[in-house]
Amino acid sequence: MLRFVIPRLLITVPMVLVVVSLTWGLIRLAPGNFYTGEKVLPPAIEQNIREKYGLDQPWYVQYGRMLANTVRGDFGNSLRYQDQTVNEILRASLPVSASIGLAAYLLALAVGLGVGIVSAVRQNTRVDYAAMGFAMVGISLPNFVLGPILVLAFALSLYWLPPARWEGFFSLHTILPVITLSLVYMAYIARLSRSGMLEVLRSNYIRTAEAKGLTQRAVVVRHGLRGGLLPVVSFSGPALALLIGGTVVVERIFALPGLGQYFINANLNRDEPLIIGIVAFISIAVLLFNLVVDIAYAFLDPRVRY
Amino acid sequence: MTAVNVATARAGEQEIVQGTSLWRDAWRRLLRNRLAVFGMIVVAIVVVGSLIGPPIIELTTGYTYDYIPPDSALVGSFPPFTAPGGSFSWAHPMGTDDAGRDLLARVMLGGRISMMVGIISTLVSLLIGVSYGATAGFIGGHLDAVMMRIVDVLYAIPYIMIVIVLLAFFGGQTPIGQLFLLFIGLGAVSWLTMARIVRGQVISLKNHEFVLAARASGTRTFKIIFRHLVPNTLGPVIVYATLTIPQVMLLEAFLSFLGLGVQAPLASWGSLAADGVKNIAVFPWQLICPGVTMALALFSLNFIGDGLRDALDPQMRKFNA
Repeated sequence: MLRFVIPRLLITVPMVLVVVSLTWGLIRLAPGNFYTGEKVLPPAIEQNIREKYGLDQPWYVQYGRMLANTVRGDFGNSLRYQDQTVNEILRASLPVSASIGLAAYLLALAVGLGVGIVSAVRQNTRVDYAAMGFAMVGISLPNFVLGPILVLAFALSLYWLPPARWEGFFSLHTILPVITLSLVYMAYIARLSRSGMLEVLRSNYIRTAEAKGLTQRAVVVRHGLRGGLLPVVSFSGPALALLIGGTVVVERIFALPGLGQYFINANLNRDEPLIIGIVAFISIAVLLFNLVVDIAYAFLDPRVRY
Repeated sequence: MTAVNVATARAGEQEIVQGTSLWRDAWRRLLRNRLAVFGMIVVAIVVVGSLIGPPIIELTTGYTYDYIPPDSALVGSFPPFTAPGGSFSWAHPMGTDDAGRDLLARVMLGGRISMMVGIISTLVSLLIGVSYGATAGFIGGHLDAVMMRIVDVLYAIPYIMIVIVLLAFFGGQTPIGQLFLLFIGLGAVSWLTMARIVRGQVISLKNHEFVLAARASGTRTFKIIFRHLVPNTLGPVIVYATLTIPQVMLLEAFLSFLGLGVQAPLASWGSLAADGVKNIAVFPWQLICPGVTMALALFSLNFIGDGLRDALDPQMRKFNA
């Protein structure tokens, strides 16, 4: 196992540097910069600022310093949010995005697995068709349509829940964002666990378990579930990448001060250190999460050995 | 039954048996799938509606997607969504937006743009994915190992962030330039699975006799890959491309919703929804009409993709949920 994990951990570093370099290259190749805004600075002042941030040096010096910063995990000051370092912004906004994302994923896992297993066990019944119909709706309904519709229904018409704002994770304010974010994953997980279970339920060891006289519940839960989970586990990696896109939209709709909001604003403001910091951080998170997923896969499927 | 009848019946049977190619067989299976047929009908309505709808509206009521009449008034949509400021009128079945423009015309134009982005980006991803996968699969060995390792690495990258950076920094010049950026940006991030599928197909095909025959007759590698192997991978490629279109459309809508995608005066379903969200409390139809149209189109495209997969290649299920 260690022989598999250590190289994967080591390769994470160059991969993050590649992603960061790509981002940096895009930012630098684009016309304009942070200082070409509506408010033009006097040339002398701009010159002073450029010297302070080292922007007057040749590009390879700046590139090298950016890489060194990334390796040290210190991204410097934000250009836009004055007297805040990138690390402070990350520390403040990460809990918002991470708690919403995790809650959405767990909700999706609980409901999606349940729906998927039930519709696999009752394949080709009305229950199955209804569940898969809903799953298709979940995949096709964009979250930026679903979110406002939920707000319209539950906040603006029924007055049951607050429409937006961040008041800490444990408040009524998080219910609508979490539901909005989780519906797509719920749908994907339901479809994946259904097809995984269907494949497993046809296999020989399930027939053996049935022949032993076990109840259907024991066959499904004790023998089937492990195999049926595999596609869901391997979906978790891409799911995290999708979840990040989802949080960007959900944070916009519900006015949550999360990483996604900062990332979009940083892009619109051309706030280079903040963009680099968020991209590096997310890349590390995604790569490490993928590693965890692969390890979990090996535990669930005895045929996979590293 | 006379002898002549039996003979013609036999001839008829033979004709059917001869005519059953892979494609006709798949088509028959597709038509038996009710959900896929429903999807094809809806998509056909949406496509025809967005192609011929705007000129018809222009001829009947004089509205185009960006025409603001001097006496513009806010018109609400069909009931539950009528709101203060406007009552329903058949002149504007989907109501008007807050500038007084006809929403139906805008939704139809948005459909044009959304579908154009979906189709062209999918073609870009097809071009990259098929040539990459076929080259890796056919040449094999170290090159294949390196090329597929690169794909593995790219899979793990949160590409959506790179696309956001690309659009935010290079976009915003002209609406048409922005569209081209979308085609390329979205195509460039959605070819990975296609490359894997094509590579797998090519590996299983390349040891067949027809490849040996082509090589024996002196065909160059390039021609073997693109003239002999790629056409044989068409089934799975079509299935996956059909499923890529709604994904790309969703991605485009996501970017447009954030203000990074399609720009005014053009509109897509995503940017219309973004406009509508601003007025959700007062003019809910401005979000509901484009949003539900888009969801319906994606829903139908997904059903067509699923139906095609079952009809053409049941093995594909493992690649896609």
